[in-house]
Amino acid sequence: MNEAITNKTAAELAEAIRSGEHSAREVTQAFLDRIDALDGTIGAFLHVNHAGALATADEVDRAREAGEELGPLAGVPIAVKDIFCTQDMPTTAASKILEGWVPPYDSTIVQRIRAAKMPILGKTNMDEFAMGSSTEYSAYQLTRNPWDTHRIPGGSGGGSSAAVAARLAPLATGTDTGGSIRQPGAVTGTFGAKPTYGGTSRYGLIAFSSSLDTPGPVSRNTLDGALLHEVMGGHDPRDSTSIDQPVPPVVEAARTGANGDLSGVTLGVVKEFASGDTQGAEEGVLAAYRAGVATLEKLGAKIVEVSCPNFLHALPTYYLIAPSECSSNLARYDGVRYGVRVGDDGERSLEEVMSTTREAGFGPEVKRRIMLGTYALSAGYVDQFYGQAQKVRTLITQDFQTAFAKVDALISPTTPFIAFEFGARTSDPYQMYLSDLYTIPTNLYGGPAVSVPCGLSEGMPVGLQVMGPTMGDEITYQVAAALESTQGTLLADTAPELTAEGK
Amino acid sequence: MTNAIETVDYADVVARYEPVIGLETHIELGTNTKMFCGCATGFGAEPNTQVCPVCLGLPGALPVANRAAIEATIRIGLMLNCGIAQWCRFARKNYFYPDMPKNFQTSQYDEPLCEDGWVDVVVDGQTHRVEIERVHLEEDTGKSLHVGGATGRIHGATESLLDYNRAGIPLVEIVTKPITGTGAKAPEIARAYVTELRDIIRSLNVSDVRMEQGSMRCDVNTSLSKPGQEWGTRTETKNVNSLRSVERAVRFEMTRQAAVLDGGGTILQETRHFQEDSGTTAPGRSKETATDYRYFPEPDLAPMQPDPAWVKELKDNLPELPRLHRQRLQEAWGLSDFEMQSVVNAEAVDLIEATVAAGASSEAARKWWLGELSRTANEQDISLEELAITPGQVSQLQKMVDEGKLNDKLARQVIVGVLAGEGDPTEVATARGLEVVSDTGALEKAVEEAIEANPDVADKIRAGKHAAAGALIGSVMKATRGQADAKTVRELILTKLS
Repeated sequence: MNEAITNKTAAELAEAIRSGEHSAREVTQAFLDRIDALDGTIGAFLHVNHAGALATADEVDRAREAGEELGPLAGVPIAVKDIFCTQDMPTTAASKILEGWVPPYDSTIVQRIRAAKMPILGKTNMDEFAMGSSTEYSAYQLTRNPWDTHRIPGGSGGGSSAAVAARLAPLATGTDTGGSIRQPGAVTGTFGAKPTYGGTSRYGLIAFSSSLDTPGPVSRNTLDGALLHEVMGGHDPRDSTSIDQPVPPVVEAARTGANGDLSGVTLGVVKEFASGDTQGAEEGVLAAYRAGVATLEKLGAKIVEVSCPNFLHALPTYYLIAPSECSSNLARYDGVRYGVRVGDDGERSLEEVMSTTREAGFGPEVKRRIMLGTYALSAGYVDQFYGQAQKVRTLITQDFQTAFAKVDALISPTTPFIAFEFGARTSDPYQMYLSDLYTIPTNLYGGPAVSVPCGLSEGMPVGLQVMGPTMGDEITYQVAAALESTQGTLLADTAPELTAEGK
Repeated sequence: MTNAIETVDYADVVARYEPVIGLETHIELGTNTKMFCGCATGFGAEPNTQVCPVCLGLPGALPVANRAAIEATIRIGLMLNCGIAQWCRFARKNYFYPDMPKNFQTSQYDEPLCEDGWVDVVVDGQTHRVEIERVHLEEDTGKSLHVGGATGRIHGATESLLDYNRAGIPLVEIVTKPITGTGAKAPEIARAYVTELRDIIRSLNVSDVRMEQGSMRCDVNTSLSKPGQEWGTRTETKNVNSLRSVERAVRFEMTRQAAVLDGGGTILQETRHFQEDSGTTAPGRSKETATDYRYFPEPDLAPMQPDPAWVKELKDNLPELPRLHRQRLQEAWGLSDFEMQSVVNAEAVDLIEATVAAGASSEAARKWWLGELSRTANEQDISLEELAITPGQVSQLQKMVDEGKLNDKLARQVIVGVLAGEGDPTEVATARGLEVVSDTGALEKAVEEAIEANPDVADKIRAGKHAAAGALIGSVMKATRGQADAKTVRELILTKLS
């Protein structure tokens, strides 16, 4: 394995390719080799795209030889969460109901990745239809946390975060509906950003909860995330919720932040999240987080406490809105037009075939949320549940707006606990739902937020979350990069070596 | 279900009951592309050739609203005197239907684009104001085809095929408020309303509103109550597909419901289907077990915020109300109510108007469109508009007649040529050699030949029986293949034999 290559960041790889130090093929081959050697241990990929990735790499090499100018990430390989439609690779959202389905079209994000000439290494594992916080709900395989293979890699984007943490890919895409980029980022020691809702296109993204789903970057560090963010982002006329404005200059913000100067920046600590005993956060997580806050203060940031009282209602609000939307979005999986069909023996009725297909095709968490959402939207309950949740959503938005009148960004721990061991929370859905306690308010609001590593607890990574105002993605990158500038990236200094046997 | 349905004599029904009716009309818009994607909307294309990930509801695909459809809906709303929402949203109507790709329909629910309007309809010289509850926009579903059975229905079929060409075509739904106080005229008012609506939509040029092709479909709600009592339970007769059927459906439901009520029964709130051949209705599914649609705002679509300046511009550019337009034309053309009605019934108003605009007199325009051209259209079972002749060509034809270049018989032959695509009337007349023979020498020769060949007739004319000239004219016309002017021929004959 060529660790001289796979240890490099995306920015370094792009420069090495541009300067001719490495060919894009060499780089891509190095990651493919590492996937072949180690993904048996990690389980990050559902599909590996050897030929396709190398073909793109060769295009980049030819373009370079022809003297063409290369894009910022040309030739830098990427892993794509299996929720993005790809017309040359199966797309399953880690569900049995879409087993083997190859979409006839590419999602906008994938089109932009292809246009940026980034070789796609393959499709990464996830919780089925992005529902879960540990990737244990994948219908296909477990993904292991490279820091401790007995532990979960977070979810739903566990495959993408584990791939980056294990250096199987320098970059990956994720989607964040309630924390599915930031929470796995925090527990695997990677950087993850949820851009402003509407800042990245959802076209071709298999929908879980339309008003919350947000594609974003997964990377080793802030600058890499920003580079990918700029490739992914921007207006898409095929997504009517896409914002018709330029991508916020996050690369510049990441570079500014790397100077380590936060003077003039005011950061708000959310009072309601600060108290460990009310939210059940682990002491080790809080300690690492507090150390992060102290560092930010040392860099010149003014830290103030702000109150966002409705954040405490975010979890129940989310668990009404997201399942409601998912119950509608997932109604199309009926075995009639694509994906698997179960029980079509010529004897059963259409409805029976649909129900046997769904019984076999959907996993337990997906069924749970469809039932929950169907109930919450049903006549007689819709005002009491869905309608009430929308009102609370407005209050949470107002909390954010009030806070941003006083501070530039809000900070909190990303997760209440470090990566847990497999099976620890699958028997108690509520315990699993708590994983996203700190990340969910941002999704309900629609603003940007990032998770950046801020230390270790029990030898496992802890993330610090920075939340910004709508279309103010720069501040989140600037603060994250500043924190990074004092401590280096966890992965560069502390990450465990992996062996093919695993642990 | 037994076939025998008890009914009560209509006069008896209206003597004792007061009907309340309500109409929900669906209109497929004639936009070039579908409601939420760029797929074509042409009628009659090969199955599943006008589809894409969006209208097939493939995983990940997202809708984007068609501005032309929104504009058409606003214009319809304005013609119906509705208020236009400054901010409104689409909603999802969740239910399972085999030919609905997403298993929800993107529609509007509590926030329609247009609300609270009215339209006046005239029945027997009396004006009734029908109030409009709402006008909203939604997407159409696909179509199931059941094959392998004898009837094309699902029973007995071995396979069901799905055609999604129609899925996603923009559909406007126009809902009336309950129409009361109509008494015995309820069926006629229902028909007059749908007719008026059709004319209005057509005047906007936003749909071809063909009930027989399904681009205009009507659901008819009917209930009865005793005067002074609360409204009765209503039934909804679905997908009535002709103007005549709208009237018959209301009338039949009134007589059926009266029979049920007279017998001490109760009306079930249910969906019924109109049987074209018998003029009766039969029950469909019961509304009591109706689907819970679980409506909620469509999160994949940004809310609509029609710019007030744009709405004003649309309002300022609306066409004249067809009913008023017709009144104006009737006066200008000097037609009786009956004559105007036959023009309307032939769907010839616009064609005649355009022909007059091109220079023909209204009498001449009406003569051609209601005469020869209507007959041809009937023979070919197409509409007047579908005939391959334009108002400009009809006007040109009439001009040739006025100038004596064509007589009626020749003109009819020219029409055949124009319809066959041989060009304008002048071109057809020249190419087919159909101009009137005005060469007097040639005519005189033909007249002399006719006199020689018919000495008996000639004697009668010489004896003063001028009416006998007809027989000679006939043979002259035959000899000139109809290209002589009959009047001229007659004069020539009389001159020679006097």
